[in-house]
Amino acid sequence: MELVLALGFGALVAAGTYMTLARHTLRMVLGLSVIAIAVNMLLFVAGGIGTTTPALIASGADVAAPDSANPLPQALVLTAIVIGFALLAFALVLAYRAHLALRTVDTDAMREAEPVEEGGR
Amino acid sequence: MNVDLLLTLPVLIPLTASALCVAAWGAMRLQVAITVISSAALLVVSLILLMAVAHGAVLVTRFGDWAAPFAIAFAADRLAGAMVAVTGVLGLAVAIYAMADVRRIAAISGFYPLYNGLLSGVTGAFLTADLFNLYVWFEVMLIASFGLLVLNKTRDQLDAGMKYLALNILGTLLFLAGIALAYNAAGTLNLADLAVTLQSGEQGAVGDIAAWLLLLAFLMKAGAFPLFAWLPASYHTGSIAVTAIFAGLLTKVGVYAIIRIYTLVVPLEGTLLQPILLVVAGLTMVTGVFGAAVQWDVRRILSFHIISQIGYMLLGLALYTPYAIAAAVFYVVHHIIVKANLFLVAGVMAREGGSYDVRENGGLALMTPFLAVLFLVPALSLGGIPPLSGFWAKLMIIDAGLEVEAWILTGVALAVGLLTLFSMGKIWAYAFWRAPAGAVRRTVGWQRMVPIAGLAAVTVAIGLNAEPLVAFSLAAAEQLIEPTDYIAALLPPEGAAVAEADQ
Repeated sequence: MELVLALGFGALVAAGTYMTLARHTLRMVLGLSVIAIAVNMLLFVAGGIGTTTPALIASGADVAAPDSANPLPQALVLTAIVIGFALLAFALVLAYRAHLALRTVDTDAMREAEPVEEGGR
Repeated sequence: MNVDLLLTLPVLIPLTASALCVAAWGAMRLQVAITVISSAALLVVSLILLMAVAHGAVLVTRFGDWAAPFAIAFAADRLAGAMVAVTGVLGLAVAIYAMADVRRIAAISGFYPLYNGLLSGVTGAFLTADLFNLYVWFEVMLIASFGLLVLNKTRDQLDAGMKYLALNILGTLLFLAGIALAYNAAGTLNLADLAVTLQSGEQGAVGDIAAWLLLLAFLMKAGAFPLFAWLPASYHTGSIAVTAIFAGLLTKVGVYAIIRIYTLVVPLEGTLLQPILLVVAGLTMVTGVFGAAVQWDVRRILSFHIISQIGYMLLGLALYTPYAIAAAVFYVVHHIIVKANLFLVAGVMAREGGSYDVRENGGLALMTPFLAVLFLVPALSLGGIPPLSGFWAKLMIIDAGLEVEAWILTGVALAVGLLTLFSMGKIWAYAFWRAPAGAVRRTVGWQRMVPIAGLAAVTVAIGLNAEPLVAFSLAAAEQLIEPTDYIAALLPPEGAAVAEADQ
């Protein structure tokens, strides 16, 4: 199972990296969000995989069942998903505004902040 | 003051101010008043916090009264106290400057809520003692900075914003992956608990990979070679108030995280990371200063110098002697004040001379002798001229380098210091010394001059009376290199925990 998950995350990161390297801004943003999904999944399984017993304390008992799943990574990944979603939303809006203002989605053509003639590059 | 309050107020004050500014949306004067008052309050609280930790106490507060390793904790030792205090100083200075500098379009688009949000993210990152919580504060800081950077919605800002955003999100993802692996290796995210667990040496490869990923992420945030491309691509497009607060604080949060994690959790000494960080530090110094040498825009020159100065701080840490780490701490404090001030001066230069391009400026020394002096103080301090603060900072780094016989890196540090002086000389020679070149003198206003003069006074004061800060830095370094107090405060032994619960 670990191997399958590891390969799956690896494939996601590879796909995301490939897309991020594209010159199209939208594809770049989507690539980042694919990597973000892979990282969130990694965080999700960071507490270990195997058990599916909910981390709930049965009525009458004082502690959760000894083989219950680790709830902390679930809390962490929820936080990370929310933050990632906010970043993605902002990135999409920014990409759209940049497209409207600069009339291009090609990152190579986006030289407004660092003009070619200036700074000698 | 109550410890819990003292540790949380530096975050709560700007966070509350941010919410109040949103509530006062549209009422610009009210937002300005809220921001200035809250920044002043932040400064006062941060100075009280600094006093409380100055004698070596490590203050801790645990949220929700959870038991020691489980609670998310805030902790302040000397380093954290100093960083929060400098944030307070800079926060107030830039808030006053912003009164005159922020354009209407930026103000109505939410400059003030974002500015306060940024400050709360920065202080939160300095105070937290939990790795995931550190990530959250990084994000608070980051999302506020995204907004601040593109507030004027000009073409260059939108272009710069895209690059800044893409590379910083990538850094954030590396950070998050590092956290996941660290948690997998140690089963905890409390920094002290992580330190104890990871150093017990049973975690093997996963813990190592986590350490590598985290270092990569923090180096990216700090703007170190070769991960700094986002910085010179974006910093110069923001309004001056925004750029100054970015230049002063953002990269330094990355440096702070590196210092914290790689003294406490994964002590750098003897690991493979140490030689790597030494090389990175050297290359960061060199590439930054060469990048600056070919620029003509004052803001771009200064942006590249941020990178070069980050190299000095990393060098201090990478040498990893108590003296060298003290030098790094001194350097960070000095740099935040000086660098932010130079950007503030650049804003006034552009108003007096009409352009940020030094070639189109001229005669500022004749037109505004007072500004010339105020430029020279931080500029010469950045170049390391005695008796200003930068001289002592560079002296300590170089001294520490000679002590461990790191000849090449010490030589590089000296040469980069000279080249820094060259860049500052270029600005001086073009913008200040030449004959006046058809300047459009616009009103400057006391709001711009008071913070500049105040920060310059701090620079001179540190320079003329360096001993207290040197002693403080040495004490802070001692706490960092031998973090038993920090760990004991975060992970009280069993008996102490019970006693605490009884109180």
